Amino acid sequence: MDTDEERLNLHLDLARQLVECLEKGQRSEADDIIRQLRLPYERELFEELGKLTRELHEALKSFRGDARLIELSRDEIPDAKERLNYVVSMTEQATHRTLNALDESMPIAESLHGRSGVLREQWNRFRHRELSVDEFRELARELDDFLIQTGQETERLKSLMSEILMAQDYQDLTGQIIRRVIRLVQEVEENLVGLIRLSSARMDLPRVDKAVVAEGGDSMDSRGHGPIVPNTQDMVADVVSSQDDVDALLSSLGF
Amino acid sequence: MDKGMKILIVDDFSTMRRIIKNLLRDLGFNNTAEADDGSTALPMLKGGGFDFLITDWNMPNMEGIALLKAVRADPMLKSLPVLMVTAEAKRDQIVEAAQAGVNGYIVKPFTAETLKEKIDKIFERIEAQG
Repeated sequence: MDTDEERLNLHLDLARQLVECLEKGQRSEADDIIRQLRLPYERELFEELGKLTRELHEALKSFRGDARLIELSRDEIPDAKERLNYVVSMTEQATHRTLNALDESMPIAESLHGRSGVLREQWNRFRHRELSVDEFRELARELDDFLIQTGQETERLKSLMSEILMAQDYQDLTGQIIRRVIRLVQEVEENLVGLIRLSSARMDLPRVDKAVVAEGGDSMDSRGHGPIVPNTQDMVADVVSSQDDVDALLSSLGF
Repeated sequence: MDKGMKILIVDDFSTMRRIIKNLLRDLGFNNTAEADDGSTALPMLKGGGFDFLITDWNMPNMEGIALLKAVRADPMLKSLPVLMVTAEAKRDQIVEAAQAGVNGYIVKPFTAETLKEKIDKIFERIEAQG
């Protein structure tokens, strides 16, 4: 209170002196007094400017220091595109594999169905004693043929069905890749929220949990990564490219 | 090898569990059960009765490698044969699984022949030791 009053009195004094000087035409003295009056306000302005500069500096520093953000934009976003492209080509391949097996299966099933129909007709005629001896001989030969064909063709059908079964493994493999991209998108989102918070710290936005942001990196090597995707950072790692490689590695370990 | 042995298939993708179950059935193994990750598999294994474990690596909650380590650390389960069927292809990981005591390691995508070959090999070895 006292100081406020003192300051007010000081200002009043200075103002009176200023009027006096101006009336007497003493310019340089008047300028001096104006400068004295302005001083406290300037200090406040400089302090405020200093604070802003410091905040800006801190923000830029922490932004630059966030290596994860750099990693995300430099490696992982382009990798994510490659991963999704790979998913598209894997699903395409799996569909073709399935359809190819079906394309081959259908005529086999149709041929077995057609031949069995013809034989059934002949067999019925035989049971009604409508066949001549020659016709019966022909039927016996055809039956024999049919049984051999059925054995071979059903074997082939079984292997085509296994082919269709194995083609379905794409769901697991692409699913793992897609989940990895989802984790990445989540992490980017959280980093963006963090960035907004940083650039508008004075707006008092809700805080983001830093622990959640840090999660998602593949720092722990024990963690599962999912399938290796060509043309991504996956290829930088020391990976095996086939079951033979796995077997060789294991046998080198005494397996 | 006893075709009636009880096998636990652990994978978070139900499609892959069906594929493995189908392949096992083709090989004559009909006594199978399924779990969708390590944390559901472990209590089942501890419940007893399983002769063979086939597990994925990359799963939520408890991963396959943690399941393998938990199995080896359990006095009741420590000699249970474990086959890993996974897309994890880093050499470090394969070495880690080997050190943790895996009996076989198959990388996805795999074939029916590979599965048969690895199962045969695991049980041939066990019978030779037994």
